[in-house]
Amino acid sequence: MSAMAEILVPGRAGEGEALVLTAPISFWGGVDPKTGRIADVRHPQHGQNLERRVLFLPGTIGSSSASAVLLELVHNGHAPAALVLHEPDAILLLGLIVAREMGWETPMALRLGRDQFDRFRGRRPGIKTDGSIILDTDAGKSACNP
Amino acid sequence: MSLILSPEEQAIASGKDGAATAMRIVADSARLLGAPRLIPIASAHIDGALYHGDSGTLFAERLVEGGARVSVRSTLNVGALDLMGCSRIRLKEPARGMARRMMEAYRKLGCEQSWTCAPYQAGHRPALGSDVAWGESNAVVFCNSVLGARTNRYGDFLDIACAISGRAPDYGLHRTEGRRARLVFDVSGLSASFLGSEIAWPVLGSLYGREVGNTIGVVTGVPGHPGEDALKAFGAAAASSGAVGLFHIAGVTPEAPDLLTILDGAAPETVVRVTPEMAAKARAGLSTATAAKTIDAVAIGSPHLSLDEFDLLERLIAGRRLSVPIYACTGRHVLSSLEKNGRRKTLEASGVIIVADTCVVVTPIMPELAGGILMTNSGKFAHYAPGNTGYAVLYGSLADCVESAVLGKPAFTDIAA
Repeated sequence: MSAMAEILVPGRAGEGEALVLTAPISFWGGVDPKTGRIADVRHPQHGQNLERRVLFLPGTIGSSSASAVLLELVHNGHAPAALVLHEPDAILLLGLIVAREMGWETPMALRLGRDQFDRFRGRRPGIKTDGSIILDTDAGKSACNP
Repeated sequence: MSLILSPEEQAIASGKDGAATAMRIVADSARLLGAPRLIPIASAHIDGALYHGDSGTLFAERLVEGGARVSVRSTLNVGALDLMGCSRIRLKEPARGMARRMMEAYRKLGCEQSWTCAPYQAGHRPALGSDVAWGESNAVVFCNSVLGARTNRYGDFLDIACAISGRAPDYGLHRTEGRRARLVFDVSGLSASFLGSEIAWPVLGSLYGREVGNTIGVVTGVPGHPGEDALKAFGAAAASSGAVGLFHIAGVTPEAPDLLTILDGAAPETVVRVTPEMAAKARAGLSTATAAKTIDAVAIGSPHLSLDEFDLLERLIAGRRLSVPIYACTGRHVLSSLEKNGRRKTLEASGVIIVADTCVVVTPIMPELAGGILMTNSGKFAHYAPGNTGYAVLYGSLADCVESAVLGKPAFTDIAA
Protein backbone atom coordinates (compact mmCIF):
# COMPACT_ATOMS: atom_id res chain seq x y z
CA MET A 1 0.00 0.00 0.00
CA SER A 2 1.42 3.36 -0.94
CA ALA A 3 0.48 6.98 -1.46
CA MET A 4 1.76 9.56 -3.92
CA ALA A 5 2.74 12.86 -2.42
CA GLU A 6 3.77 16.16 -3.95
CA ILE A 7 7.53 16.71 -3.69
CA LEU A 8 8.23 20.00 -1.92
CA VAL A 9 12.01 19.66 -1.83
CA PRO A 10 13.78 16.83 -3.63
CA GLY A 11 16.41 14.78 -1.85
CA ARG A 12 17.47 11.23 -1.11
CA ALA A 13 15.08 8.34 -0.64
CA GLY A 14 14.63 7.34 2.97
CA GLU A 15 12.84 5.10 5.40
CA GLY A 16 12.36 5.10 9.13
CA GLU A 17 9.95 4.65 11.98
CA ALA A 18 7.08 7.13 11.64
CA LEU A 19 6.91 10.02 14.11
CA VAL A 20 3.46 11.54 13.77
CA LEU A 21 3.25 14.82 15.68
CA THR A 22 -0.15 15.58 17.15
CA ALA A 23 0.46 19.32 17.56
CA PRO A 24 2.27 21.96 15.49
CA ILE A 25 5.88 22.48 16.47
CA SER A 26 8.37 25.32 16.43
CA PHE A 27 11.72 23.87 15.37
CA TRP A 28 13.60 26.72 17.04
CA GLY A 29 13.18 26.26 20.76
CA GLY A 30 11.14 23.12 20.14
CA VAL A 31 13.87 20.86 18.75
CA ASP A 32 17.42 20.56 20.05
CA PRO A 33 19.66 21.28 17.03
CA LYS A 34 22.48 19.19 18.51
CA THR A 35 20.47 15.99 18.89
CA GLY A 36 17.11 16.23 17.13
CA ARG A 37 15.24 15.71 20.39
CA ILE A 38 11.91 17.50 20.89
CA ALA A 39 12.79 19.91 23.69
CA ASP A 40 9.51 21.83 24.03
CA VAL A 41 8.08 20.62 27.35
CA ARG A 42 4.59 21.73 26.30
CA HIS A 43 4.65 19.60 23.13
CA PRO A 44 2.80 16.24 23.32
CA GLN A 45 5.77 14.42 21.74
CA HIS A 46 8.32 16.05 24.09
CA GLY A 47 11.36 13.80 24.53
CA GLN A 48 10.99 11.97 21.22
CA ASN A 49 13.84 12.21 18.71
CA LEU A 50 13.41 13.18 15.05
CA GLU A 51 16.61 11.53 13.89
CA ARG A 52 16.08 8.99 11.10
CA ARG A 53 12.32 9.09 11.63
CA VAL A 54 9.81 9.81 8.91
CA LEU A 55 8.44 12.98 10.47
CA PHE A 56 4.79 13.90 9.91
CA LEU A 57 4.12 17.57 10.64
CA PRO A 58 0.51 18.69 11.02
CA GLY A 59 1.71 22.32 11.23
CA THR A 60 4.62 24.51 12.20
CA ILE A 61 4.70 27.61 14.38
CA GLY A 62 6.94 30.20 15.85
CA SER A 63 10.40 31.40 15.15
CA SER A 64 11.88 32.33 11.83
CA SER A 65 15.01 30.36 12.80
CA ALA A 66 13.40 26.97 12.12
CA SER A 67 15.41 26.68 8.90
CA ALA A 68 18.69 27.07 10.81
CA VAL A 69 17.77 24.21 13.12
CA LEU A 70 16.88 21.94 10.19
CA LEU A 71 20.08 22.87 8.31
CA GLU A 72 22.10 22.04 11.42
CA LEU A 73 20.36 18.68 11.79
CA VAL A 74 21.22 17.87 8.16
CA HIS A 75 24.84 18.92 8.71
CA ASN A 76 25.34 16.98 11.95
CA GLY A 77 23.53 13.84 10.83
CA HIS A 78 20.52 14.08 13.16
CA ALA A 79 17.94 15.00 10.51
CA PRO A 80 14.73 13.07 9.97
CA ALA A 81 14.77 10.40 7.23
CA ALA A 82 12.06 12.42 5.48
CA LEU A 83 9.59 15.20 6.27
CA VAL A 84 5.91 14.97 5.43
CA LEU A 85 4.06 18.25 5.79
CA HIS A 86 0.37 19.03 5.70
CA GLU A 87 1.23 22.30 3.98
CA PRO A 88 4.51 23.72 2.74
CA ASP A 89 6.37 25.83 5.29
CA ALA A 90 8.90 27.88 3.36
CA ILE A 91 10.72 28.91 6.54
CA LEU A 92 11.39 25.36 7.66
CA LEU A 93 12.08 23.95 4.19
CA LEU A 94 14.61 26.65 3.46
CA GLY A 95 16.90 24.60 5.72
CA LEU A 96 16.80 21.89 3.04
CA ILE A 97 17.15 24.33 0.12
CA VAL A 98 20.29 25.83 1.68
CA ALA A 99 21.69 22.38 2.48
CA ARG A 100 21.35 21.54 -1.22
CA GLU A 101 23.18 24.76 -2.17
CA MET A 102 25.96 23.70 0.21
CA GLY A 103 26.15 20.38 -1.62
CA TRP A 104 24.98 18.31 1.36
CA GLU A 105 22.76 15.25 1.01
CA THR A 106 19.25 16.09 2.23
CA PRO A 107 16.11 14.22 3.20
CA MET A 108 13.06 14.79 1.03
CA ALA A 109 10.13 16.96 2.00
CA LEU A 110 6.70 15.89 0.80
CA ARG A 111 3.22 17.28 1.06
CA LEU A 112 0.39 15.07 2.27
CA GLY A 113 -2.93 15.95 3.91
CA ARG A 114 -2.81 15.50 7.69
CA ASP A 115 -6.02 13.44 7.53
CA GLN A 116 -3.79 10.70 6.10
CA PHE A 117 -1.16 10.84 8.87
CA ASP A 118 -2.82 8.44 11.31
CA ARG A 119 -2.35 5.30 9.27
CA PHE A 120 1.43 5.72 9.38
CA ARG A 121 1.51 5.66 13.18
CA GLY A 122 3.58 2.73 14.47
CA ARG A 123 4.71 1.86 10.94
CA ARG A 124 8.01 2.20 9.13
CA PRO A 125 7.26 4.17 5.98
CA GLY A 126 9.61 4.36 3.00
CA ILE A 127 9.92 7.42 0.78
CA LYS A 128 11.04 7.10 -2.83
CA THR A 129 12.57 9.87 -4.91
CA ASP A 130 9.44 10.01 -7.11
CA GLY A 131 7.38 11.08 -4.07
CA SER A 132 5.69 7.77 -3.40
CA ILE A 133 5.33 6.71 0.22
CA ILE A 134 5.24 3.04 1.11
CA LEU A 135 3.12 2.52 4.20
CA ASP A 136 5.41 0.03 5.92
CA THR A 137 8.78 -1.17 4.65
CA ASP A 138 8.93 -3.86 7.34
CA ALA A 139 5.64 -5.28 6.10
CA GLY A 140 7.06 -5.24 2.57
CA LYS A 141 10.15 -7.19 3.65
CA SER A 142 8.17 -9.83 5.51
CA ALA A 143 5.95 -10.25 2.47
CA CYS A 144 9.02 -10.87 0.32
CA ASN A 145 10.70 -13.20 2.83
CA PRO A 146 7.96 -15.23 4.44
CA MET B 1 1.01 29.63 -11.57
CA SER B 2 4.71 29.11 -11.94
CA LEU B 3 7.50 31.52 -11.15
CA ILE B 4 8.80 33.73 -13.96
CA LEU B 5 12.19 35.35 -13.42
CA SER B 6 13.28 38.43 -15.37
CA PRO B 7 16.20 37.93 -17.79
CA GLU B 8 18.44 39.80 -15.32
CA GLU B 9 17.36 37.57 -12.43
CA GLN B 10 17.92 34.47 -14.55
CA ALA B 11 21.40 35.65 -15.53
CA ILE B 12 22.34 36.20 -11.87
CA ALA B 13 20.88 32.84 -10.78
CA SER B 14 22.86 30.92 -13.41
CA GLY B 15 26.21 32.19 -12.09
CA LYS B 16 28.61 30.51 -9.69
CA ASP B 17 29.19 33.32 -7.18
CA GLY B 18 27.54 34.32 -3.91
CA ALA B 19 24.99 36.49 -5.68
CA ALA B 20 23.92 33.44 -7.71
CA THR B 21 23.46 31.34 -4.58
CA ALA B 22 21.35 34.11 -3.06
CA MET B 23 19.17 34.49 -6.17
CA ARG B 24 18.63 30.70 -6.41
CA ILE B 25 17.58 30.53 -2.75
CA VAL B 26 15.07 33.35 -3.25
CA ALA B 27 13.77 31.74 -6.45
CA ASP B 28 13.48 28.24 -4.89
CA SER B 29 11.56 29.71 -1.97
CA ALA B 30 9.30 31.64 -4.35
CA ARG B 31 8.49 28.38 -6.19
CA LEU B 32 7.69 26.68 -2.87
CA LEU B 33 5.37 29.54 -1.95
CA GLY B 34 3.71 29.62 -5.36
CA ALA B 35 4.82 33.22 -6.01
CA PRO B 36 4.53 34.29 -9.69
CA ARG B 37 7.48 36.74 -9.60
CA LEU B 38 10.07 38.45 -7.43
CA ILE B 39 9.66 42.05 -6.29
CA PRO B 40 12.28 44.66 -5.29
CA ILE B 41 12.71 45.34 -1.56
CA ALA B 42 13.67 48.51 0.31
CA SER B 43 15.45 46.95 3.30
CA ALA B 44 16.15 43.76 5.24
CA HIS B 45 16.50 42.68 8.85
CA ILE B 46 18.70 39.64 9.17
CA ASP B 47 18.00 36.95 11.75
CA GLY B 48 20.50 34.52 10.27
CA ALA B 49 23.59 35.63 12.21
CA LEU B 50 22.66 33.77 15.38
CA TYR B 51 24.80 30.71 15.91
CA HIS B 52 22.77 27.48 16.06
CA GLY B 53 25.61 25.25 14.95
CA ASP B 54 28.46 25.22 12.47
CA SER B 55 26.25 24.91 9.39
CA GLY B 56 25.08 28.54 9.54
CA THR B 57 28.66 29.82 9.82
CA LEU B 58 29.75 27.73 6.85
CA PHE B 59 26.86 29.08 4.78
CA ALA B 60 27.64 32.74 5.59
CA GLU B 61 31.33 32.21 4.83
CA ARG B 62 30.40 30.57 1.52
CA LEU B 63 28.54 33.78 0.58
CA VAL B 64 31.51 35.94 1.63
CA GLU B 65 33.93 33.76 -0.37
CA GLY B 66 31.60 34.17 -3.33
CA GLY B 67 31.96 37.95 -3.13
CA ALA B 68 28.36 38.62 -2.10
CA ARG B 69 27.26 41.96 -0.58
CA VAL B 70 23.87 43.17 0.57
CA SER B 71 22.22 45.49 -1.96
CA VAL B 72 19.76 47.18 0.48
CA ARG B 73 19.96 48.50 4.05
CA SER B 74 20.27 45.43 6.26
CA THR B 75 20.24 45.47 10.06
CA LEU B 76 21.33 42.47 12.12
CA ASN B 77 19.28 40.64 14.74
CA VAL B 78 20.95 39.28 17.87
CA GLY B 79 24.08 37.17 17.71
CA ALA B 80 25.26 34.53 20.17
CA LEU B 81 27.91 36.76 21.78
CA ASP B 82 27.80 40.00 23.74
CA LEU B 83 30.30 41.96 21.69
CA MET B 84 29.87 44.96 24.01
CA GLY B 85 31.24 42.88 26.89
CA CYS B 86 28.41 43.64 29.34
CA SER B 87 27.62 40.06 30.25
CA ARG B 88 29.57 36.80 30.34
CA ILE B 89 28.50 34.28 27.71
CA ARG B 90 29.15 30.68 28.74
CA LEU B 91 29.42 29.47 25.15
CA LYS B 92 32.55 27.26 25.02
CA GLU B 93 35.05 26.77 22.24
CA PRO B 94 34.83 25.67 19.48
CA ALA B 95 31.22 26.96 19.33
CA ARG B 96 32.32 30.37 20.57
CA GLY B 97 34.84 30.79 17.78
CA MET B 98 32.30 29.64 15.20
CA ALA B 99 29.72 32.12 16.54
CA ARG B 100 32.27 34.93 16.27
CA ARG B 101 33.19 33.86 12.71
CA MET B 102 29.51 33.94 11.83
CA MET B 103 28.98 37.46 13.18
CA GLU B 104 32.11 38.56 11.31
CA ALA B 105 30.88 37.00 8.04
CA TYR B 106 27.60 38.95 8.22
CA ARG B 107 29.57 42.15 8.83
CA LYS B 108 31.65 41.41 5.73
CA LEU B 109 28.45 40.96 3.74
CA GLY B 110 27.74 44.63 4.46
CA CYS B 111 25.13 44.35 7.23
CA GLU B 112 24.82 47.04 9.94
CA GLN B 113 26.13 46.00 13.36
CA SER B 114 22.81 46.66 15.10
CA TRP B 115 22.57 43.26 16.88
CA THR B 116 19.04 43.76 18.13
CA CYS B 117 15.66 42.06 17.87
CA ALA B 118 14.02 45.50 18.12
CA PRO B 119 15.54 47.20 15.02
CA TYR B 120 12.36 49.26 14.76
CA GLN B 121 13.43 51.03 17.97
CA ALA B 122 17.00 51.40 16.71
CA GLY B 123 16.22 53.69 13.79
CA HIS B 124 15.20 51.11 11.18
CA ARG B 125 11.58 52.00 10.38
CA PRO B 126 10.58 51.31 6.78
CA ALA B 127 7.77 53.44 5.33
CA LEU B 128 4.11 52.46 5.36
CA GLY B 129 3.33 50.28 2.35
CA SER B 130 6.99 49.61 1.38
CA ASP B 131 8.14 46.04 0.65
CA VAL B 132 10.95 44.73 2.86
CA ALA B 133 12.38 41.33 3.84
CA TRP B 134 12.60 40.95 7.58
CA GLY B 135 13.44 38.00 9.78
CA GLU B 136 12.90 37.41 13.55
CA SER B 137 9.26 36.75 14.32
CA ASN B 138 8.70 39.73 16.66
CA ALA B 139 10.41 42.16 14.26
CA VAL B 140 8.33 40.83 11.37
CA VAL B 141 5.06 41.27 13.24
CA PHE B 142 5.98 44.77 14.44
CA CYS B 143 7.14 45.82 10.96
CA ASN B 144 3.88 44.66 9.37
CA SER B 145 1.45 45.63 12.09
CA VAL B 146 2.77 48.78 13.72
CA LEU B 147 4.81 50.30 10.86
CA GLY B 148 2.59 49.01 8.05
CA ALA B 149 5.59 48.04 5.90
CA ARG B 150 5.15 44.71 4.12
CA THR B 151 7.12 41.58 4.86
CA ASN B 152 6.54 37.89 5.16
CA ARG B 153 8.21 35.93 7.92
CA TYR B 154 11.66 35.50 6.37
CA GLY B 155 13.56 32.68 7.97
CA ASP B 156 17.29 32.47 8.43
CA PHE B 157 19.13 32.33 5.08
CA LEU B 158 16.21 33.65 3.02
CA ASP B 159 16.61 36.98 4.80
CA ILE B 160 20.25 37.37 3.73
CA ALA B 161 19.48 35.91 0.30
CA CYS B 162 16.81 38.61 -0.19
CA ALA B 163 19.19 41.30 1.12
CA ILE B 164 21.87 40.29 -1.38
CA SER B 165 19.54 39.88 -4.37
CA GLY B 166 17.40 42.90 -3.38
CA ARG B 167 14.38 40.73 -4.19
CA ALA B 168 11.63 38.87 -2.38
CA PRO B 169 8.91 36.46 -3.53
CA ASP B 170 5.70 38.33 -4.42
CA TYR B 171 3.47 36.50 -2.01
CA GLY B 172 1.39 36.64 1.15
CA LEU B 173 1.75 39.82 3.19
CA HIS B 174 3.39 41.72 0.31
CA ARG B 175 0.00 41.69 -1.40
CA THR B 176 -2.84 43.97 -0.32
CA GLU B 177 -5.39 41.14 -0.39
CA GLY B 178 -3.15 39.10 1.94
CA ARG B 179 -3.34 41.80 4.63
CA ARG B 180 -7.10 42.07 5.06
CA ALA B 181 -8.47 40.85 8.41
CA ARG B 182 -10.71 37.76 8.35
CA LEU B 183 -11.03 37.27 12.08
CA VAL B 184 -12.19 39.58 14.87
CA PHE B 185 -10.59 39.22 18.31
CA ASP B 186 -12.86 41.20 20.60
CA VAL B 187 -11.43 42.16 24.01
CA SER B 188 -14.28 44.50 25.02
CA GLY B 189 -15.44 41.92 27.61
CA LEU B 190 -12.28 42.48 29.71
CA SER B 191 -12.05 44.97 32.53
CA ALA B 192 -10.59 48.42 31.91
CA SER B 193 -8.07 47.90 34.72
CA PHE B 194 -6.78 44.71 33.08
CA LEU B 195 -6.62 46.30 29.61
CA GLY B 196 -4.74 49.22 31.12
CA SER B 197 -2.19 46.96 32.83
CA GLU B 198 1.20 45.99 31.44
CA ILE B 199 0.48 42.25 31.57
CA ALA B 200 -2.60 42.57 29.35
CA TRP B 201 -0.46 42.77 26.21
CA PRO B 202 1.82 39.75 26.55
CA VAL B 203 -1.10 37.69 27.94
CA LEU B 204 -3.50 38.69 25.17
CA GLY B 205 -0.74 38.26 22.58
CA SER B 206 -0.14 34.72 23.75
CA LEU B 207 -3.87 33.96 23.58
CA TYR B 208 -4.19 35.68 20.21
CA GLY B 209 -1.37 33.61 18.68
CA ARG B 210 -2.97 30.39 19.84
CA GLU B 211 -6.47 31.37 18.73
CA VAL B 212 -5.70 32.75 15.27
CA GLY B 213 -2.74 30.63 14.08
CA ASN B 214 -1.75 32.28 10.80
CA THR B 215 -5.10 33.93 10.03
CA ILE B 216 -4.99 37.74 9.81
CA GLY B 217 -7.03 39.14 12.66
CA VAL B 218 -8.13 42.50 13.99
CA VAL B 219 -8.36 43.25 17.71
CA THR B 220 -11.40 45.29 18.72
CA GLY B 221 -12.44 46.80 22.03
CA VAL B 222 -9.10 48.46 22.81
CA PRO B 223 -9.96 51.83 24.35
CA GLY B 224 -6.91 53.80 23.17
CA HIS B 225 -3.34 53.47 21.86
CA PRO B 226 -1.56 51.33 24.48
CA GLY B 227 1.90 52.58 23.51
CA GLU B 228 4.56 51.16 21.26
CA ASP B 229 6.18 48.93 23.90
CA ALA B 230 2.80 47.30 24.60
CA LEU B 231 2.33 46.55 20.90
CA LYS B 232 5.87 45.18 20.82
CA ALA B 233 5.04 42.82 23.71
CA PHE B 234 1.72 41.76 22.15
CA GLY B 235 3.30 40.96 18.79
CA ALA B 236 6.24 39.08 20.30
CA ALA B 237 3.93 36.90 22.41
CA ALA B 238 1.57 36.29 19.47
CA ALA B 239 4.43 35.32 17.18
CA SER B 240 5.74 32.86 19.80
CA SER B 241 2.48 30.99 20.36
CA GLY B 242 1.23 31.12 16.76
CA ALA B 243 2.43 31.79 13.22
CA VAL B 244 1.37 35.44 13.45
CA GLY B 245 3.05 37.77 10.96
CA LEU B 246 0.53 40.63 11.04
CA PHE B 247 -2.19 41.80 13.39
CA HIS B 248 -4.40 44.85 13.29
CA ILE B 249 -5.91 46.79 16.18
CA ALA B 250 -8.95 48.82 15.16
CA GLY B 251 -8.29 52.51 15.73
CA VAL B 252 -4.63 51.90 16.68
CA THR B 253 -2.53 50.30 13.91
CA PRO B 254 -2.08 52.18 10.61
CA GLU B 255 -3.99 49.88 8.25
CA ALA B 256 -7.02 49.60 10.55
CA PRO B 257 -8.47 53.08 11.09
CA ASP B 258 -11.72 51.24 11.83
CA LEU B 259 -13.15 47.72 11.71
CA LEU B 260 -15.01 48.10 8.43
CA THR B 261 -11.92 49.26 6.52
CA ILE B 262 -9.70 46.39 7.58
CA LEU B 263 -12.41 43.79 6.97
CA ASP B 264 -12.74 45.39 3.50
CA GLY B 265 -16.48 45.51 3.98
CA ALA B 266 -16.81 41.72 4.34
CA ALA B 267 -18.20 39.87 7.35
CA PRO B 268 -15.50 38.27 9.53
CA GLU B 269 -15.08 34.51 9.07
CA THR B 270 -14.53 34.07 12.80
CA VAL B 271 -15.24 36.19 15.87
CA VAL B 272 -13.36 35.38 19.07
CA ARG B 273 -14.96 37.05 22.09
CA VAL B 274 -12.30 37.03 24.78
CA THR B 275 -13.71 36.35 28.25
CA PRO B 276 -11.98 37.09 31.57
CA GLU B 277 -11.67 33.29 32.01
CA MET B 278 -9.83 32.95 28.68
CA ALA B 279 -7.44 35.76 29.65
CA ALA B 280 -6.86 34.23 33.09
CA LYS B 281 -6.14 30.84 31.55
CA ALA B 282 -3.74 32.38 29.01
CA ARG B 283 -1.96 34.19 31.85
CA ALA B 284 -1.63 30.98 33.87
CA GLY B 285 -0.39 29.17 30.75
CA LEU B 286 2.63 31.47 30.56
CA SER B 287 4.00 29.97 33.78
CA THR B 288 5.36 26.43 33.98
CA ALA B 289 6.30 26.67 37.69
CA THR B 290 3.28 27.55 39.81
CA ALA B 291 4.13 26.44 43.34
CA ALA B 292 7.55 28.08 43.42
CA LYS B 293 8.68 29.36 46.84
CA THR B 294 11.81 31.08 45.59
CA ILE B 295 13.13 32.38 42.29
CA ASP B 296 16.67 32.20 40.93
CA ALA B 297 16.64 35.02 38.41
CA VAL B 298 14.50 37.48 36.48
CA ALA B 299 14.89 37.95 32.73
CA ILE B 300 13.41 40.87 30.83
CA GLY B 301 13.95 42.32 27.38
CA SER B 302 12.41 39.99 24.82
CA PRO B 303 12.08 41.91 22.59
CA HIS B 304 15.04 44.07 23.59
CA LEU B 305 14.23 46.76 26.16
CA SER B 306 13.67 50.31 24.97
CA LEU B 307 15.02 53.31 26.85
CA ASP B 308 11.48 53.91 28.19
CA GLU B 309 11.43 50.40 29.62
CA PHE B 310 14.80 51.02 31.33
CA ASP B 311 13.34 54.23 32.81
CA LEU B 312 10.51 52.19 34.30
CA LEU B 313 12.93 49.53 35.57
CA GLU B 314 15.00 52.18 37.36
CA ARG B 315 11.91 53.70 38.96
CA LEU B 316 10.71 50.29 40.17
CA ILE B 317 14.08 49.29 41.63
CA ALA B 318 14.26 52.70 43.30
CA GLY B 319 17.83 52.27 44.50
CA ARG B 320 17.23 48.95 46.25
CA ARG B 321 19.61 46.01 46.14
CA LEU B 322 18.33 42.85 44.36
CA SER B 323 18.55 39.41 46.00
CA VAL B 324 18.59 37.62 42.64
CA PRO B 325 19.86 39.08 39.36
CA ILE B 326 17.66 40.74 36.76
CA TYR B 327 19.03 39.95 33.30
CA ALA B 328 18.04 42.98 31.21
CA CYS B 329 18.49 42.31 27.50
CA THR B 330 18.87 45.21 25.11
CA GLY B 331 20.65 46.50 22.06
CA ARG B 332 23.67 48.75 21.72
CA HIS B 333 21.33 51.56 20.55
CA VAL B 334 19.99 51.75 24.14
CA LEU B 335 23.29 50.89 25.82
CA SER B 336 24.96 54.03 24.52
CA SER B 337 22.25 56.16 26.16
CA LEU B 338 22.50 54.20 29.42
CA GLU B 339 26.20 54.85 29.63
CA LYS B 340 25.60 58.57 29.83
CA ASN B 341 25.17 59.89 33.40
CA GLY B 342 26.37 56.59 34.90
CA ARG B 343 22.95 54.90 34.59
CA ARG B 344 24.42 51.59 33.52
CA LYS B 345 26.77 51.51 36.53
CA THR B 346 23.94 52.32 38.95
CA LEU B 347 21.77 49.55 37.52
CA GLU B 348 24.63 47.06 37.67
CA ALA B 349 25.45 48.06 41.25
CA SER B 350 21.89 47.16 42.29
CA GLY B 351 22.21 43.68 40.75
CA VAL B 352 21.00 44.13 37.18
CA ILE B 353 23.03 42.23 34.59
CA ILE B 354 22.79 44.07 31.30
CA VAL B 355 22.95 41.79 28.27
CA ALA B 356 23.67 43.55 24.96
CA ASP B 357 23.71 42.28 21.35
CA THR B 358 22.10 39.00 22.40
CA CYS B 359 19.70 37.57 25.00
CA VAL B 360 19.36 34.86 27.63
CA VAL B 361 17.28 32.40 25.60
CA VAL B 362 19.47 32.33 22.49
CA THR B 363 22.87 31.74 24.08
CA PRO B 364 24.01 30.34 27.46
CA ILE B 365 24.29 33.25 29.91
CA MET B 366 22.39 32.23 33.04
CA PRO B 367 24.10 29.54 35.15
CA GLU B 368 23.04 25.96 34.51
CA LEU B 369 20.74 25.19 37.40
CA ALA B 370 18.71 22.01 37.82
CA GLY B 371 15.22 23.03 38.93
CA GLY B 372 15.99 26.71 38.40
CA ILE B 373 13.08 29.17 38.41
CA LEU B 374 13.08 32.20 36.12
CA MET B 375 10.59 35.02 36.41
CA THR B 376 9.79 37.21 33.43
CA ASN B 377 7.34 39.81 32.15
CA SER B 378 7.92 38.73 28.56
CA GLY B 379 5.45 36.41 26.85
CA LYS B 380 8.22 35.40 24.49
CA PHE B 381 10.71 34.51 27.23
CA ALA B 382 7.91 32.64 29.02
CA HIS B 383 7.39 30.59 25.88
CA TYR B 384 11.00 29.80 25.04
CA ALA B 385 12.89 29.77 28.35
CA PRO B 386 11.89 26.27 29.51
CA GLY B 387 13.09 24.61 26.27
CA ASN B 388 16.17 26.77 25.74
CA THR B 389 17.49 27.36 29.27
CA GLY B 390 16.09 24.49 31.32
CA TYR B 391 14.60 26.97 33.83
CA ALA B 392 10.92 26.73 34.75
CA VAL B 393 9.10 30.01 34.24
CA LEU B 394 6.93 32.28 36.36
CA TYR B 395 5.13 35.03 34.51
CA GLY B 396 4.38 38.42 36.09
CA SER B 397 4.37 42.15 35.45
CA LEU B 398 7.61 44.13 35.47
CA ALA B 399 6.65 45.56 38.87
CA ASP B 400 6.11 42.04 40.23
CA CYS B 401 9.37 40.87 38.65
CA VAL B 402 11.30 43.66 40.37
CA GLU B 403 9.64 43.06 43.78
CA SER B 404 10.36 39.33 43.43
CA ALA B 405 13.99 40.01 42.55
CA VAL B 406 14.34 42.21 45.64
CA LEU B 407 12.75 39.54 47.87
CA GLY B 408 14.21 36.49 46.12
CA LYS B 409 10.75 34.92 46.10
CA PRO B 410 7.66 35.38 43.95
CA ALA B 411 5.45 38.38 44.74
CA PHE B 412 2.30 38.88 42.71
CA THR B 413 -0.16 41.73 42.46
CA ASP B 414 -3.60 40.53 41.45
CA ILE B 415 -5.09 42.14 38.37
CA ALA B 416 -8.45 40.58 37.51
CA ALA B 417 -9.05 40.10 33.82
